[in-house]
Amino acid sequence: MAILEVEGLVAGYGRIEVLHGVSLRLQEHSLCAIIGANGAGKTTLLAALSRLIPIREGRAIFDGREITHASSHAVARAGLVQVPEGRRMLAGMSVEENLLVAGEGAGGRTVGADVAAMFERFPTLAPRRALPAGSLSGGEQQMLAFARALMAHPKALLLDEPSMGLAPRLVETVFDLIAEERARGTSILLVEQNARKALALADHAYVLERGSISLEGKGADLLGREEITAAYLGEATP
Amino acid sequence: MLVQQLANGLFLGAVYALFAIGYTLIFGVLDILNLAHAAIFMLAAFVALSLVGFGFPLVLAVALALVFAGLLGVLLDRIAFAPLRRRNAGTLVPLISSIGAAIVMQGIARGVWGPDEHRFPSNGLSTAEFHLGSLSVGALDLIILAVALALMGILSYVMRSTALGRSIRAVAEDRVAAALLGIDIERTIALTFFIASALGGAAGILIGLQYNSVSLEMGARIELKGLAIIILGGMGSVTGAVIGAFILGAVETLSVAYVSSSYRDAIAFGVMFLILVLRPAGLLGKRALRAA
Ligand SMILES: Nc1ncnc2c1ncn2[C@@H]1O[C@H](COP(=O)(O)OP(=O)(O)OP(=O)(O)O)[C@@H](O)[C@H]1O
Ligand SMILES: [Mg+2]
Repeated sequence: MAILEVEGLVAGYGRIEVLHGVSLRLQEHSLCAIIGANGAGKTTLLAALSRLIPIREGRAIFDGREITHASSHAVARAGLVQVPEGRRMLAGMSVEENLLVAGEGAGGRTVGADVAAMFERFPTLAPRRALPAGSLSGGEQQMLAFARALMAHPKALLLDEPSMGLAPRLVETVFDLIAEERARGTSILLVEQNARKALALADHAYVLERGSISLEGKGADLLGREEITAAYLGEATP
Repeated sequence: MLVQQLANGLFLGAVYALFAIGYTLIFGVLDILNLAHAAIFMLAAFVALSLVGFGFPLVLAVALALVFAGLLGVLLDRIAFAPLRRRNAGTLVPLISSIGAAIVMQGIARGVWGPDEHRFPSNGLSTAEFHLGSLSVGALDLIILAVALALMGILSYVMRSTALGRSIRAVAEDRVAAALLGIDIERTIALTFFIASALGGAAGILIGLQYNSVSLEMGARIELKGLAIIILGGMGSVTGAVIGAFILGAVETLSVAYVSSSYRDAIAFGVMFLILVLRPAGLLGKRALRAA
């Protein structure tokens, strides 16, 4: 069963149309990857799904409810939570406050216990709970961005380039975390520049090219496709 | 003499602080200057005055006038700012619409209360004075100071330690991140306007009581001072606004005592100018609201 269904989605900024009718499905408890070149419209797609920009045509259905015209906070509270590109820390607020405000924003009833659980799951954050989030390293910020999203008890996560700008060792940690979260039953839509890793992990994947889906298939199958290898995995075709 | 002037500066500074906090809160959250803040300050004083005139006890009249000011702030946002926000109109256009809203409110006040200065009925106000050595302070001044400090204390608690305060700071810091976390941005902005406008209204009522004078011009007299205070304190910083307000209050009363009342504003603004030359970003930057 699909937890997220997008049909013919058109969106953009001002007079510019970026997405020209994108359709995709995210199956429940699965991981779906979206890969595409810089400027293809990946972040724009997630922005439209989180209702940060209008959906001009088409529709989006999450967990059986139409969210095409919902507000951003309603989408998040319904359980579709985005970890945005660049992590967007609330830099002046403490690590703990970042978690608290996320739990409260999502309308959680067990915010205190959830914060404690996050510090247990992300032990590197615990000793830094009183520090401003802006003072954390890139890897710690990505952990906090995850933890913050998880405070909402999401049914599905939208992850926008979670490994961006991280050292290779931390990239591993981030991908382990994504796999772990899927194993817990959360559905994940993953946008990644690290196409090889994303495809290897993905159940299903889409290639977004200049605002349209150009290719789709099983993650492992796309990894073997020559046009993918050439365009997104940085290997020249023989 | 010096102690007496500093005490007077404290009373004045506390009221300036209430006014400036409201100003800076809205700037912190929306990055806009709400130039209708001073009109709400004035209208709240008039409403309190009329309620006392209708026979309400002073405390009840003040409380009702604060709620009125808060709701007026919410209405102001709905009419003058929210439609522009939806159209991503930037920060200059809302400045103009807030000036328009101020002119409308000023006109309504003139229509309802006329152009003359009003006084609170004298029976409601205590004229008792306390003496401590050469220092003499009015009971009313002390009550005003206590109310102002209590309101600042409550605000500080709300901003630091409640879900509402955290959501306001989150929206101030990054509206998109806050929305993605499930925070209702419009509701948070409305509550910010309520709090900011109620504080501005409190300042108007307290100044009206302190000088026992409520007039159409009272808003214009404090508007530039409030602006100077929040620039001095660092735009968007609540703590900075409080510090700036007490500096202005002290400088004003000292210059009246030791120089001349005709140089009061010139000296006060001169001192602020000097501080800003030394610290162009103000005493505390915008960060301070977020870190609260
Ligand atoms: N706020 C904006 N206003 C106008 N145009 C924008 C805006 N954001 C993105 N664009 C444009 O929309 C197109 C798609 O951008 P988008 O950020 O969605 O790409 P992306 O696939 O996420 O790229 P990247 O891999 O660099 O993150 C680009 O041409 C970009 O210039
Ligand atoms: Mg992007």
